[in-house]
Parts: sequence; structure tokens; C-alpha cells
Amino acid sequence: MKNIFKITYLIIFLLAGTLQVNAAEKIDLLKTDWSFKGLFGKFDRGSLQRGYQVYTEVCSSCHSMKYVSYRNLFEPGGPEFTEDQAKAIAASFEITDGPNNDGEMFIRPAKLSDKFVMPFENVKAAQAANGGAYPPDMSVLAKARSGGVDYIYSVLLGYQDPPSGVTLEDGVYYNKYMYGNNIKMAEPLSDGLVEYSDGTIASKEQMAKDVTTFLMWAAEPHLESRHRMGFKAILYLIILTILVYFSMKKIWSRIESEV
Amino acid sequence: MSDHEYVPKSKFGKWFNDRLPLLSLASHLTDYPTPKNLNYWWTFGGILTFCLITQIVTGLTLAMHYIAHADLAFESVEHIMRDVNYGWLIRYIHANGASMFFLAVYIHIFRSLFYGSYKSPREIIWIIGIIIYLLMMAAAFMGYVLPWGQMSFWGATVITNLFSAVPLVGEGIVNWLWGGYSVDNPTLTRFFTLHYLIPFLILGLVVLHIWALHIPGNNNPVGIDVKKPSKDTVPFHPYIVIKDAFALLMFTIVFAFFVFYSPNILGHADNYIEANPMVTPAHIVPEWYLLPFYAILRSVPDKLMGVVAMLSAILILAALPWLDTSKIRSAVFRPLYKQFYWILLIDVLVLGYVGAMPAEGLYLLIARVATAYYFIHFLIILPVLGFKEKTIPLPFSITEPVLGGAPMALSVKKKESLN
Repeated sequence: MKNIFKITYLIIFLLAGTLQVNAAEKIDLLKTDWSFKGLFGKFDRGSLQRGYQVYTEVCSSCHSMKYVSYRNLFEPGGPEFTEDQAKAIAASFEITDGPNNDGEMFIRPAKLSDKFVMPFENVKAAQAANGGAYPPDMSVLAKARSGGVDYIYSVLLGYQDPPSGVTLEDGVYYNKYMYGNNIKMAEPLSDGLVEYSDGTIASKEQMAKDVTTFLMWAAEPHLESRHRMGFKAILYLIILTILVYFSMKKIWSRIESEV
Repeated sequence: MSDHEYVPKSKFGKWFNDRLPLLSLASHLTDYPTPKNLNYWWTFGGILTFCLITQIVTGLTLAMHYIAHADLAFESVEHIMRDVNYGWLIRYIHANGASMFFLAVYIHIFRSLFYGSYKSPREIIWIIGIIIYLLMMAAAFMGYVLPWGQMSFWGATVITNLFSAVPLVGEGIVNWLWGGYSVDNPTLTRFFTLHYLIPFLILGLVVLHIWALHIPGNNNPVGIDVKKPSKDTVPFHPYIVIKDAFALLMFTIVFAFFVFYSPNILGHADNYIEANPMVTPAHIVPEWYLLPFYAILRSVPDKLMGVVAMLSAILILAALPWLDTSKIRSAVFRPLYKQFYWILLIDVLVLGYVGAMPAEGLYLLIARVATAYYFIHFLIILPVLGFKEKTIPLPFSITEPVLGGAPMALSVKKKESLN
């Protein structure tokens, strides 16, 4: 049995080492309590719906979300709008389809099966409209930055006047948490920028939290089922391990040897 | 191979077995006499087989949905994560499975180093193992390229560029590997093909690895030859099977924890950004399991010599059975070797750590010292130690007391727990 502990210690030790390696680059990010962390972590539906509102009213004028479909908006584990709401949301966007039987492209309202409509035709168009900087696609953004959701939340709230001695070029802003402290995106959020339909006060912090939650869902749409399945799978494995342990003891008791 | 001739009971069984002795093989595998003092470090062979099978099964499933094309690969991975039924589960098992595979193989290798399992008559098992390890690294590296994220692209660029260090033909070799003048679609498609092929090569080598093992039989924590079958051995089934199963389950709990609760912690965030040849990431780092060798590569100022050092660091292991001149296998009876063993382990961990850091200043200095020590361990300390070291007397058998003294099996156990 002592050996088992030794194996466990070694595994923990190695993993702790890896974590430290990954943690070495981080600076102290702003923290908030995310409902989706932890063994039973789930998204806060209200926050996801509000986050979608912030995304669509603020972020989506520059940032695409090309891997997410309108149907995802009513699927379980997400914002869980009703199907009719999701249809109405989709229909409010226009999409170029075709060619039709006359060989012409045509414009139609988006359907549930469509991906989120992109604000720009292509990367070049996005750069041209944004002073040369490409506003990154937001589908997996929450997983594409070291620090994840804490980092995004921090950047959204990290705009400051530059410290004395630092001069910024035109169209560049100072952000405490951004890599290199220079960011080409103007501060996107301000108190009361959107009007939440559920009556929540749209403070800057509230909006940052909601939209970051929404981005986490967009990046990991199956997070809730992953957590649910994980708990069951690990519980099952632990029970099975205990049973196999006693079977092993029983079998090895036939001979004079310690297992 | 079998110690006693197996005769099937049924007539059909006998008819079949005379033509293809599968039943004899099954009987050999079940009865295979195994030293009964094997500790839990010996369960990682079974765990590794499980890892290989898991990677092959999840990999096959992923290949049904993945598209090996520079413009579509990243999107197809997102398609797997979002739209394929349980695609996220299969991909996370596969991605974390690679890390678990390496975790297990490093434990397996360091177990072999501690108990001298590479020594006569087990040199061939060891060398096959090193080849498997090399193929694993190739498979893992190419697999990491397939999602076509930023680290995929730039990792592939850095590693393939190493071949340009070869004098005269270097440039040509690199272009040949890429199938063009940069890492691009032809590189991706050939990496996919090879990534699909290598696991089956590994599977074949695993069969040889186990076959070669079954000739002399297992080494054991005491490191002395065991008469087989005897009261020092137990039949593989059910004793070792159930013990391996127990250890494997413990392992899968750790595995499951990563898959379900921290599936991305062992990867790099930049790999969720689609590959972009125009933007170089701030730090290009390989996956954690390749970091020690990456540190060795960067610790040498000259590119060609760096590549030579990195390759030698792996290939030197193949010569280990002859570099280690001591006849005593287990470190339990080698007080000096035991100390050097732990120093080597720490040295490799340090190399891994500095491999993840920028190659400058103090990190570079540490990397150089650690690299030098790595080679000194194998090229100087081990050969000399075999002649100089005063070893502890070996017991006659793994169960019998040594020279009328204390029961050896017991004192061996105590010594282990001190480690």
C-alpha cells in the first residue's frame, strides 16, 4: 500500500511541476466568481443571455464568432433561449446565399442552422476597418489566451491612462493586463452601455462578467455535460477501484506474499 | 516458449492448436511465471498498453471527422468539439491521452533505470523500448501539428528546421520534408499520414517488446535471477492481472480528472488560435514531455551541435546496457548508484523546467550545466561506478534470508519505502 502512495506522490509532484511551468508567465489577473468552475460548475443562464446581448450589441460589430450557430442558442447547456427566440434572433440577421436557379446570389434572413453572421467579409476587410489590427474571432477566444476567462475579464476592465513617460500612438490604448500593455481596441464597455431586459443593472463589471461567461460557453459549449459526465465517470471508477482492490487482496491471500 | 507442453482438452481444440498454436500462446500468457515481489512500479507496462490502445481507438474515431487540409483542419477540429456526438470527449481523451502516455512511459523508463532492468539478459527488450519511445515522440509531435493552431504550425517549423543544420544537404532535406518552401498543406497531409501509421508500428514493436520479455522473464525489485516456475513466482493470471487492473484503475482516475475537469491545462492556449504564417508567437514551446530535450537542444550555441546533442541524449540510452558496467541490477544493493539515480532524475526535471523558460541568462546557464551533467552521468559516472562501487551482498532468493541474517525480502521492502 505504501507503494501506491509513492506513485500518487510522484504523479502529483510531476503535475504540480507542469502547472508551475504554465503559471510562470501569468501576472495577477482580476478575479471574480465564475459559476462554471469546479466539479459541478454550470453556466448561469441569465448571465449567458445577458452576455449574448453584450456580444451582439457591442462586440459583434468588429468580432466574428464563426464556429457558433444560431441553433446553439437554444440547445441545452447554453443560454437556452426558447426555440422561437433563437429563430427570431437568427431572422434579424441577413445572409448572402446562393447561387439560386438563375445563377444569382441572393440575400435572405438567417436560419437556425446558419453560423453567426460575420461583421466583415474577410480578415483584410476587418483589418482595414480597424486600423490594421484584426479583431480576433471570438468562438474559442476564452481558450486561446493564457489566463482564459480571468484574462479576458481583466482586459475588459484594465483600461487606464498610460503611466507618465509612456506615449501612445494614435489609435492605441493603454491596458494594464494586455500583453505589452498596448491595445488597439478602444475601451468597449462603459456603465449603462446596454439595457438589460431582465432589469440587471448594466455596470461595467456586470457586463464584463456576462460577456466573458458567454465567451466561455461559446468556446466550450459542452462544458456542463462534461462536468456532469466527469462526476459520474470518476465516481464509477472509484467504486470499481475499491472493488478491484478487495478482489486483489482476496486473490493474493492465497499465497504468502504481500501485494 | 512454454515451460510445459500445453495439450488442449477438446478434439477440435487439438486440431486447431496443431495448425495454429493460439491456445498454447493463451496458456503461456496465463501461466507465465512472474516474480511475486514485483512492486507497483511494474504495473506501468500494462498501463502503457492501455494508453496505446486508447490512443489508437480514439484516434481512429477522430480521423473519421478530421480533415487534413491547411484551410479546413482547424475548423474540422472545432466541428468535432461542437457538432460530433461526444466529439469533445473523444478529442480530449486523445489529447490528454498523449500526456498520460508519456507520464507512464517516463515512470516505466525510470523504473527500469532504478532496478537495472536493461542489463543482461534484457538488452534487446530495452533497445526495442527506446525505439518505441522515439516513435512515440515522432507520433506525438506530428499529432500536435494536426489541429493546425499557432503552436502546431510554429512547432512544426522549428523542429523541421533543425534538419537544415545538416551540412551541405540540410536545406534540401528541409524542403523535402515540407514538400515545399514552408510548412504548408503538403506538410500537414504527410504528417497526418505518418501520425496514422506510427501507432501501428509501435503496436508491432510492443509485441516484440513483450516477446523478448517472456524469454528471460521479468526483472524484479531485488534484481536477482528467479527460478521459474518456483515458490518465488506466481502465475500471471490471476495474480498479476488483478494487480495491473487495480493500478490501471488508479491511473484512469487521474486520467479522467484531466479529461473532464482540466482538459486544456497540459496544452498551450496559442493552439486555439488558427495557424498564421505571418504572426510568430512570443514563445514557441513544445509539449511538456519533450521539454528536457528541447532544453538540451537550446543549451548548445551551435545549431548543428545542438541537434547532435539532442539526438545523442536519446540514443545514448540505447548504449546503456554496456555503459553501466555494474553486474548488480537493483539500485537497492548499489548505495552510490542510488544517489546518482536520484540526481539524474532531478537533473531531467530541471532540464524540463528550463526547457519551458526563455533560453537566456540564468536559465541558459542552468540548462548548460544540466545538459553537461546528463552526459557525464551516462558517459563517466556509470562506467566508473561499476568498478569502484562497494555493493551490498545480494540475497540467494527473493524470499530466503541472506547468509543467515535478517529476512531479506523484508529489509528490501524497508529500503524501498525510504526512497
